[in-house]
Amino acid sequence: MKFSGSPHYVASPDLLLAVNAAITLQRPLLIKGEPGTGKTLLAEEVAAALGIPLLQWHIKSSTKAQQGLYEYDAVSRLRDSQLGDERVRDIGHYIVQGVLWQAFTAEQPLVLLIDEIDKADIEFPNDLLRELDRMEFHCYETRQTIRARHRPLVFITSNNEKELPDAFLRRCFFHYIQFPDPATLRRIVGVHFPGLKDELLTAALKAFLELRQLPGLKKKPSTSELLDWIRLLLAEDIPPQALHGKEQQLVVPPLAGALLKNEQDAGLLERLVFMNQRHR
Amino acid sequence: MLIDFFYALRAARLPVSVREYLTLLQALQSGLVGPANPDACSLDDFYYLARTTLVKDESLFDPFDRAFAAHFKGVQAVAGEGARAIPADWLRQELQRLLSDEQKANAPKLDWDELMRTLQQRLAEQTERHAGGSKWIGTGGTSPFGHGGHNPQGIRIGGPGGQRSAVKVWEQRLWRDYDDSAPLGPRHLKLALRRLRKFARQGSALELDLPDTIRATAANAGWLELRQVPERHNLVKVLLLLDVGGSMDEHVHQVEALFAAAKAEFKHLEIYYFHNCVYDFVWKHNQRRQRERTATLDLLHTYNRDYKLIFVGDATMSPYEILQPGGSVEYANAEAGAEWLQRLTRHYPRHAWINPQPLGLWPYQRSIELIQQLMGQRMYPLTLRGLEEAMRVLSK
Repeated sequence: MKFSGSPHYVASPDLLLAVNAAITLQRPLLIKGEPGTGKTLLAEEVAAALGIPLLQWHIKSSTKAQQGLYEYDAVSRLRDSQLGDERVRDIGHYIVQGVLWQAFTAEQPLVLLIDEIDKADIEFPNDLLRELDRMEFHCYETRQTIRARHRPLVFITSNNEKELPDAFLRRCFFHYIQFPDPATLRRIVGVHFPGLKDELLTAALKAFLELRQLPGLKKKPSTSELLDWIRLLLAEDIPPQALHGKEQQLVVPPLAGALLKNEQDAGLLERLVFMNQRHR
Repeated sequence: MLIDFFYALRAARLPVSVREYLTLLQALQSGLVGPANPDACSLDDFYYLARTTLVKDESLFDPFDRAFAAHFKGVQAVAGEGARAIPADWLRQELQRLLSDEQKANAPKLDWDELMRTLQQRLAEQTERHAGGSKWIGTGGTSPFGHGGHNPQGIRIGGPGGQRSAVKVWEQRLWRDYDDSAPLGPRHLKLALRRLRKFARQGSALELDLPDTIRATAANAGWLELRQVPERHNLVKVLLLLDVGGSMDEHVHQVEALFAAAKAEFKHLEIYYFHNCVYDFVWKHNQRRQRERTATLDLLHTYNRDYKLIFVGDATMSPYEILQPGGSVEYANAEAGAEWLQRLTRHYPRHAWINPQPLGLWPYQRSIELIQQLMGQRMYPLTLRGLEEAMRVLSK
């Protein structure tokens, strides 16, 4: 199995190498990057390109590692025992399988995405060490060891909100998805909007990159926001000339709410545009 | 074996372990990068592979780039510079040199001239690129002609065009900004402050406590008995003293961010202001600081030793403001600032001073040194690492 990019996802050569290394050596791949650079999308695209199913586990701040393995529904069992249900005899009926259990017992190899692992408690990655390393765990209630029939391809994404423990990092490969350079950005937009007119594309990219370079922005707009904005521009049929001022100076672009998501940034942009205009 | 490379990385203080190094060797052995894989045979690809397997944080990418550049300085890509016409004599000599006697015996039984004719014939017959075989001229195979294959006696013909760019990827220093001392955002601050956690359960019982429920039900001969427990929240109490005015004006944004993060994180947070150093008075509202003041002694009596005391200030002033009675720039204080600071630190055993000034400037300011001593060396810079250390000290 080898991943060589997909028609809908533009991957840089180092990312392709990292994914192929993870496939060949069967280790988890940890992916970090700015929000909106396509970390979650990568796992979906790899699964689609290799033609294997995808299992997703989206981590919340209240997620415990045990929830990924299995959960023992004790309250149902108590209730059934009081009602005299026959299913009570076998504890296996009350084990709810988690994502990792499903991934390990699957008939074929698949892709497992653990999304935003840094959201959970700080000890969460440490609780998954054995599972990621040996791909096995022990179910205490049914006294069985669940081993992976085929090692799943594990993608782990992180937003860098917490530091991950060293023991966990040793067991993974790592890749950081950088914000794309202008040429790659053009290709990405080209992949998502194949029929886009060249002048609209150039004007939009220029406005976007100028916006990113504004000093003092709290949250810089990212690739996914650029794509949403272009989609809105196409839907509203806005001409390329509206994206810039008459002499190519900075203006507040139409539908800027798709790019700047908090009022401080929007206010900053308005002030800069106003100051720019006053100098003329 | 790349052992020197491994030790070079360790000398550059990168936390690479033996296990990761063995994984890199395993990756090379599996043919992911290297002569066996014609698509990934350049030093750039090796650089990417080494980075993926050995470096696990983007703040370490820049040191890795520098260590890599230093170690592999001068190593050019091995691939050929493009196909050239090979003179027949040279080929003959090469063949004679490369094949030893028994290999000549074992090799396809071809006479020398016949070999030359075969080569010319193959060059004519082969109309497209080929890989992995044993007859045609190509790459990755066992044929004696081609390149990138497993026939060590083969003649290298052509090769992938080497990386034409003059500057290598790792020399571009793309990762310089991702260091640890990057500017802090409010989110980073909140997460650093989150280390200061002491959870307790207080208040009305709202959460289902499953283990207790099971125990109570079992003790109740099987009749379901639900037990509930109050929600957890952070019980930590923090007393924050902020320096305002004067030299602190340039750090106002950072302190604002810290302030906002602290307010969001700690439920029991008390904030007071001072100027340069803490003397007899602190105040809550800066506009009304002349009229509404709180005596520092009142502070000591109101907030008990459980509170964690955090000073935020640049500690930049003349030394006499700390050491002399009457040294305050605003009024005549009877006792020296040092006295007050000592009183505070003795009363609150868990204290820390956070200084927005960069760490490099500290040795050049006498007042910073003095305050560091008074704080028992518990002064930390306003960076992510500094904050985390401060929080670690406070939570002990």
